[in-house]
Amino acid sequence: MILSKKFISDYTNINKIDFKEFADKMLKLGNEYESMGPLINANKLVIGEVVSCKNHPESDHLHICKVNIGTEELNIICGAPNVREGIKVIVALDGAVLPGGTIKKTNILGMESNGMICSIAELGIEHKYLKEEDINGIHELPLDSPIGEDAIKYLELDDEIIDFELTANRADLLSMLGLAYESAVITGEKVNLPDLTYEHIDKNINDLLTLKVDTDNCFTFLLKRVNNIKIEESPLFMKNRLMACGIRSINNVVDISNYVMLETGQPLHFYDADKLGKVISVRTAKDGETLVTLDNQSRILTSEDIIITNGKEPIGLAGVMGGLDTEIDENTKNVVIECAIFNPANIRKTSKKLIRSEASIRYEKGLDVNRCYMAVERSCNLLSKFAHGEVLDGRIEYNTLDRNEKVINITLDKINSVLGYNLTDTDVKTVFEKLNFEVEVKNHKFRVVVPTRRTDISIEEDLIEEVSRVYGVDNINSTLPVFESTPSIYNNRDRVIRNEMISLGLNEVITYSLIKVDDVFKFTNDEFGLIKVLDPLSEDRVVLRHSLITSLLDVYNYNKSRNIKDLSIFEIGRGFSSINGEYIEENKLACLLTGNYMEGLDKEYYDFYTVKGIVEELLDYLGYKNRYSFVLGELPEEMHPTKTVYINVSGKIVGLMGEVHPKICKDEVYVVEINLDTLFENKTGRMKYKEFSKFPGISKDVAFILSKEVTNDQVISTIRQAGGKLLSKVEVFDYYEGDKIDTDKKSIAYNLYFESNDKTLSDDDVNPLFDKIIENVVKKHTAILRDK
Amino acid sequence: MKEKLEQIKVDAEEEIKNVKDENALNNVKSKYMGKKSAFNEIMASMGSLSPEEKREVGSKSNEVRSFLQELFENKLTEIKNEELNKKLESDKIDITLPSKKRKSGTKHPLNIVREEIEDLFISMGYDVVDGPEIDTDANCFELLNLPPSHPARDAQDSFYITEEMLLRPHTSAMQVRSMLANTEKKPFKLICPGKTYRRDDDDATHSHQFSQVEGLVVGEDISLSDLKGTLELFAKKMFGKDREIRFRASYFPFTEPSYEVDVSCFNCNKKGCSMCKGTGWIEILGCGMVHPTVLENCGFDHTKYQGFAFGVGIERVTMLKYGITNLKLLYQNDYRFLKNFDRKEM
Repeated sequence: MILSKKFISDYTNINKIDFKEFADKMLKLGNEYESMGPLINANKLVIGEVVSCKNHPESDHLHICKVNIGTEELNIICGAPNVREGIKVIVALDGAVLPGGTIKKTNILGMESNGMICSIAELGIEHKYLKEEDINGIHELPLDSPIGEDAIKYLELDDEIIDFELTANRADLLSMLGLAYESAVITGEKVNLPDLTYEHIDKNINDLLTLKVDTDNCFTFLLKRVNNIKIEESPLFMKNRLMACGIRSINNVVDISNYVMLETGQPLHFYDADKLGKVISVRTAKDGETLVTLDNQSRILTSEDIIITNGKEPIGLAGVMGGLDTEIDENTKNVVIECAIFNPANIRKTSKKLIRSEASIRYEKGLDVNRCYMAVERSCNLLSKFAHGEVLDGRIEYNTLDRNEKVINITLDKINSVLGYNLTDTDVKTVFEKLNFEVEVKNHKFRVVVPTRRTDISIEEDLIEEVSRVYGVDNINSTLPVFESTPSIYNNRDRVIRNEMISLGLNEVITYSLIKVDDVFKFTNDEFGLIKVLDPLSEDRVVLRHSLITSLLDVYNYNKSRNIKDLSIFEIGRGFSSINGEYIEENKLACLLTGNYMEGLDKEYYDFYTVKGIVEELLDYLGYKNRYSFVLGELPEEMHPTKTVYINVSGKIVGLMGEVHPKICKDEVYVVEINLDTLFENKTGRMKYKEFSKFPGISKDVAFILSKEVTNDQVISTIRQAGGKLLSKVEVFDYYEGDKIDTDKKSIAYNLYFESNDKTLSDDDVNPLFDKIIENVVKKHTAILRDK
Repeated sequence: MKEKLEQIKVDAEEEIKNVKDENALNNVKSKYMGKKSAFNEIMASMGSLSPEEKREVGSKSNEVRSFLQELFENKLTEIKNEELNKKLESDKIDITLPSKKRKSGTKHPLNIVREEIEDLFISMGYDVVDGPEIDTDANCFELLNLPPSHPARDAQDSFYITEEMLLRPHTSAMQVRSMLANTEKKPFKLICPGKTYRRDDDDATHSHQFSQVEGLVVGEDISLSDLKGTLELFAKKMFGKDREIRFRASYFPFTEPSYEVDVSCFNCNKKGCSMCKGTGWIEILGCGMVHPTVLENCGFDHTKYQGFAFGVGIERVTMLKYGITNLKLLYQNDYRFLKNFDRKEM
């Protein structure tokens, strides 16, 4: 909603306060604005008379003009086709700043030019408000325009505006009157209501027209008729004010309907009375019914839309736009004014579906029934004043709304308790008086009469809001809530994991939960139903992801295309799935690792074992040491078939880890995904000190040549079984495959550490065990002892 | 013999002086003190001397021996030191060559800020609660005093999954869940950080996915001044101790009164700059006193309880705090962007 200073001045005085200061006080009252400033951003424009006009000798379209601006005669070169001797024009003087640039003395094809003769368009007015001639040629002022005077002032364009972005509850502020009441809170000035007087002729509308309302969604419907109007151009003030508020002038009659809407906030519709029948009826549309609206669009209607009909066919889409068939045109003589209130919910649905208009914006937010009555009278007043109209006696009236003002009682205690402050009766009373609310106070109890224009106020808390916003929160103390001291309840799981991943060198990312439909079943063999959004913004963001891995691959691809090839990232986020109609959200950790992970002199590249190390480190850190294993299983087809494993914790699969299938990533890219909810189903105990042996142990090394089919895990298991209790540690310290042994063989070297809590071990204790270990491994895995 | 001994001492001293390495030193040592040395010969012939001479020669030989031994030892130390120094000299490296390091990872800036906000409120005894990202229309709107067709729903155009279920457009849905879950209807204070979704096209200032921290405190006499004091602490913690805040009246259906809160611009200190668009103030959050209808909807007697609620956009705070001008950066995960946040602010 745009506030025009000239417009609002009809209802209240805001001239005593600086306009910027006024805007900022409105802001603090809760009325944010997008911009503010003069309507026309131009200066140094005066009225001049073209005293002579000759063709430029060097040009086929330029004219050399002498222009009298009162104080002197200026030489100005002008290219406009309509410039000629004797007309009055707008002259931009040397140094004038226009939206298009600064005017300077110049030389055009050898002739001095000391200014510019302007078109209206050059003042920065948008073309939609202008006539053809205002765009193509210089503006011709009336011949009696006073030479030398400020042209903007003379054209009544010396207005200032504030473009407000209002909150959804303040429907009342979508009108100059509402803004006037709000301004009065700041200025303390009176609010004057518009003139509603007019004379009527000795004919009654009720004899010509009947109304039928067949829907509960029409709350109020008023009709008046005005005869013998004359369609002409609107008066200058009206055109300018409409333009300031963003509405294009059409003609005096159409403009009046918009003008009254801007004044009162109540949208109106004017019909050409001679295009109507004898009946107007209001009902909901039938599915599939059509109407051509004023903008010449054919609209297909549904039973949610409220329509106005002539008894048979639709003639208007209630609250949104009138119909083309009954529109006011240049030949209109008689006008029927419709002024109504509909169920905001219906209008909202209709306008959302079909078109938003200045009217629907106001209807959606809810209207004041008393303004409805005011608007219909105001229209009659203006039609008789500016369109020579003769108002018929009588009014067709349908109203179901209560026209009485609301009374709300509230105590000072209640106000102070919510605000946490000690306001006095006078403080509170002053606030309501500033708001123009009738108020009585007795024994710290207030009886507040809330005008019907304030549709947003219905309970005590609404009044408290008024007190706080008018009194100002700046003037209220700061305190902190007083509470029994209890420790916070907080689950730090994500944080612990996040910090551990960071210490393992991974970088955290946050990606989108919504992904492409094609991606959702990738990197998982889980069975689940899709969760799609009904109305996606793009194909890329349609369905909630189940696995986070595709998102991380997107990050990988994004960075790779920017030549960043070394990447180690992780994300903690939710994976979604629909199972038996229920929406499941699971917390997941996903990682993606590729390329070099060292900085400086040496390079080290992520491979299966470094990634496995990261997973182990995390699981160890979380307390799952010795409770996990890496197992094979049926893999998602996006994973490398022989370099991928499932992560098993205490007998349950919690995630997967491995290389992305080379058909998807040419580079060696590793990914991990762990379902944190499943993982944490495995409880971990408290950390306890476990005594270490005081006695030195014995270390032994042994290497075996093994078939490639035999796994390290199998060998270690055999070693542990044979080693018994005294074998405290088994570690691989070397791995070899290559020229020195057969191609289907590998060599693994183990370091075994024997230790006892009771005594220092001797070779006699250990050697039999060591021999048994070797014997068992050789026998069980057909291994060859390579070295010992 | 004494003279001979003296001569040995002088000769040996001279020779030791010129020795360069350990081998040569050992040779000199055996020449003068070894089995076949002149010194040893003298010692062997001592038996033929008179007791008087024995004493004298003995004393002299002791003197010479210990003198020589010390000399040898000192020389040996000297040689070893020299050798070590030579080795150390040859160990010299270019200390300016790069290190070998495995860098720590980085925390996403949205989570740095989220944790900072959490820590502030945890330090004041607030619980931190978590809730589903898919929630019901009732929790997201209806019970928050936003019935269907409420015009304020426009500002929160949401991703619906069915007519009843949607991706939560604000963490305020957790207000409802927390209050309903509070079966004893006891006073509480909590925050709820989390992801939220709205049907906004992604651009420099909008994102269809974003994150918020919701705060909610309900008690018998929780007041607007408590809210003011709490948010002042918040602003100072996040943006510096000299920050001020101002309340602008606003409108949210779930609070009454409602406010938007601005923080004094930390870039220009209220003078007006491009960051605050010349106003000296930057909008950071929305808040208000919990609407009595919301309290009632969630089983709290509004004649007994009052509360305040606030909602902070984590993206907004993050962008302001780190001077990030394009919201898209927070979700693009460009490695160069992520690597900016590689240190701890102490």
